[in-house]
Amino acid sequence: MGDHHHGPAKGLSRWLYTTNHKDIGTMYLWFSFAMFLLGGAFAMVIRAELFQPGMQLVEPGFFNQMTTLHGLVMVFGAIMPSFVGLANWLIPMMIGAPDMALPRMNNWSFWILPPAFLMLASTLLMEGGAPAFGWTFYAPLSTTYAPPSVTFFIFAIHILGVSSIMGSINIIATVMNMRAPGMTYMKMPLFVWTWLITAFLLVAVMPVLAGAVTMMLMDIHFGTSFFSAAGGGDPVLFQHIFWFFGHPEVYIIILPAFGVISQIIPAFSRKPLFGYASMVYATAAIAFLSFIVWAHHMYTVGMPVAGELFFMYATMLIAVPTGVKVFNWVTTMWRGAMTFETPMLFSIGFLVLFTIGGFTGLMLSIAPADFQYHDTYFVVAHFHYVMVAGAVFSMTAAIYFWLPKWTGRMYNETMGKVHFWVSFIGFNITFFPQHFVGLAGMPRRIPDYALQFADFNMMSSIGAFIYGASQLLFLYNVIAAIVAGEKVSDEKVWDGAEGLEWTLPSPPPYHTFETPPKIEEQPAH
Amino acid sequence: MLNARALAATALLPLAANAQNQVNMSTGVSEAGAVITDLGVEIYDLHMLIFWICVVIGLGVFGVMLYSIYAHRKSKGVEPSQFHEHTGVEIAWTIVPFFILIGMAVPATSTLLEVYDNDDAEMSILVTGYQWKWKYEYLDADGENVAFFSNLATSQEQIYNTDTKGENYLLEVDEPLVIPVDTKVRFLITANDVIHSWWVPEIAVKRDAIPGFINEAWTRVLAEGVYRGQCTELCGAYHGFMPVEVHVVSRDEFDDWMAAKKGAAAADAALAATELSVDELMARGEDVYNASCLACHGANGEGGLGNAIAGSAIAMGGLDSHLNVIVNGVAGTAMQAFGAQLSDVDVAAVTTYQRNAFGNNTGDVVQASDVVSYKEG
Repeated sequence: MGDHHHGPAKGLSRWLYTTNHKDIGTMYLWFSFAMFLLGGAFAMVIRAELFQPGMQLVEPGFFNQMTTLHGLVMVFGAIMPSFVGLANWLIPMMIGAPDMALPRMNNWSFWILPPAFLMLASTLLMEGGAPAFGWTFYAPLSTTYAPPSVTFFIFAIHILGVSSIMGSINIIATVMNMRAPGMTYMKMPLFVWTWLITAFLLVAVMPVLAGAVTMMLMDIHFGTSFFSAAGGGDPVLFQHIFWFFGHPEVYIIILPAFGVISQIIPAFSRKPLFGYASMVYATAAIAFLSFIVWAHHMYTVGMPVAGELFFMYATMLIAVPTGVKVFNWVTTMWRGAMTFETPMLFSIGFLVLFTIGGFTGLMLSIAPADFQYHDTYFVVAHFHYVMVAGAVFSMTAAIYFWLPKWTGRMYNETMGKVHFWVSFIGFNITFFPQHFVGLAGMPRRIPDYALQFADFNMMSSIGAFIYGASQLLFLYNVIAAIVAGEKVSDEKVWDGAEGLEWTLPSPPPYHTFETPPKIEEQPAH
Repeated sequence: MLNARALAATALLPLAANAQNQVNMSTGVSEAGAVITDLGVEIYDLHMLIFWICVVIGLGVFGVMLYSIYAHRKSKGVEPSQFHEHTGVEIAWTIVPFFILIGMAVPATSTLLEVYDNDDAEMSILVTGYQWKWKYEYLDADGENVAFFSNLATSQEQIYNTDTKGENYLLEVDEPLVIPVDTKVRFLITANDVIHSWWVPEIAVKRDAIPGFINEAWTRVLAEGVYRGQCTELCGAYHGFMPVEVHVVSRDEFDDWMAAKKGAAAADAALAATELSVDELMARGEDVYNASCLACHGANGEGGLGNAIAGSAIAMGGLDSHLNVIVNGVAGTAMQAFGAQLSDVDVAAVTTYQRNAFGNNTGDVVQASDVVSYKEG
């Protein structure tokens, strides 16, 4: 035994200096959960103000700060880091590697996140208030007409981008170089595949976002006019650049979620994933298409009709590989022997609600109809079905699924099931009626609304409070499991679970797979 | 899952009985059964076509899934099958959706081409978005353009819940856009500051208003009536408070309205040449203040998004610097150049009002001629 066989250091320095993928994964997960609660608190302010028509609790300007920060914190603070945390924990254990390929960079890519969000949150206390231009920060509202705090927002985005790029490079390097002998690409678990593809998307588009905010910085402070027609620039250019980042970003969020679901549904169906290879190809196809559909977010900006048609057709095509995914999951369940523990419940919830989000996505792709949907609550409902019932439900399923492996302790199953049902019902009460108000003509991002939208908005707010409260139950269940959960003796935990991580003890030792495992002939996906 | 569905359905029931809760897109047909716009009907039909295709596919997918959840559970003692991969099935579920998509793309393309057919318009209206109001300018072949601003008419008391909310709460304006029925109207849409978006759901027109660029859209409204909409692109603090109200009237009514507008513009010009009394200026100034200044500077000049006017050094200081702020705006802030938005009489009135209301009591009286000479420098 060499001296690298040590356990973790003691105290704070363990977390500050750690290069261990499990520690870093844990920090990412806790950080993202904290951000989830913060972003959720902003959402509660939004829903409380929208509970009734009229201005009640906050001023319109502050309301806009809430919608902006809610979006930014949830996308960049909660969902993205949570999946990076999952990748840190799982990818080395799934491919039989001792750690991530670039452990020091791993530490750095986590530790620059908290200061970035501290800076972003501090804008709330600044004169002129926090950014109030929406998470999509369209110029010139975010440049000429922005509060002074926009500069801090720009630097926060820069840091988040650096963090994401470093995290992605690490994942690519790990998957390409650290696989155990015999772990060929087509034997990798789908979660690893989806993350590999996601990491390439991130490396491709985060610099584009950095470019967009840098151009904003120049426009604001150095007299350039990238986004101002008065100086020869173009506000629509901003939207093209933003969505060239923004649309792949949507898949950056959802592809790892697909990976999670592709691990969990086979486990609880006790049956292999129906079409492993076609799932890999579908993921790659979605990633490719994500680069050529960005302007479907901009059907109303006045693009020429030829451009409009191109983006409409390309967007509709995404339904094909996405359909392949959904059909695969359903066929995997078919004639399995299913049980319905909490991870499976959340995965089925994902499957149903994400599919609904996919349908509304298809509706939104139809350009002439989008002239009626664009920037209404119909869009809000659509992307919450994809982001919350898609990404967040899958993340929740992942936590319940792997928590016993990570901690060696079981969560409370009954409480987990209650969490699922309360979340599922609360979510639908919140977001289903938003389809109705959107179609009926309610624009998004408004602090007050016409009277015909009152009933559904009140319903939506009640649902949001229920959904929000159910997350506290989740927090309690996780902490209770870590502190005093029933000990797990079995390495597999779930009898249908397949993959290298389930060959390790529960909890796994601080360092795992220092000697590469032997990969069996049959793929372990 | 069934439980959740049932619960959600029960929760929806009391609302479903209330006809006020519209759950779908505007059909493009008025309550009386008249077609509002052909394009609106076409878009609604397209929307419903895609919707029903999704419903059918959804029922299929969820049906298979629910049956599987019901029948293929371990508690029933089933042995899991181990089948996987079937080239035929996988090719089928890739190819069949592709053909369904083609079936959607064909009607979508033809509708989109109609949306873009801006030719042969009988009249053109320049629509300009401002923070937070719309300006409408009727482009006249003889150069006699008629232009006016359209502000939110809902009172602050209604918004802040001290007064009962009216039927058209937040959807009513002081001066609506008026267009003649059965006339192809072309809208040229742009903005003065940030991006806005001009939308009227019932006539199916939505187009972004982008500063420095001009977008085109058109409509031919077949049914007279009042149609309401809102700005749909986040444009700052009061984005939720800049509605669109369109009155579609008969050709004759439209001509009368247009003649009256031109007459009023002439009267305004005449007024600018006369001296107004303090009371007249104060009354007019209060109206202008409430429409143009109040949102940022507060009902009592106490400030808000903008600086306070009560006790302000600018409103109580030299007249030229006060007029400078009102006429030219303040660069880099939300304070706009109102010299281009308000008539000289209105600038004079609101300046007088600001210098004497809210306890400012400077006693200064500003006439339109003062504004003209200030502008001429």
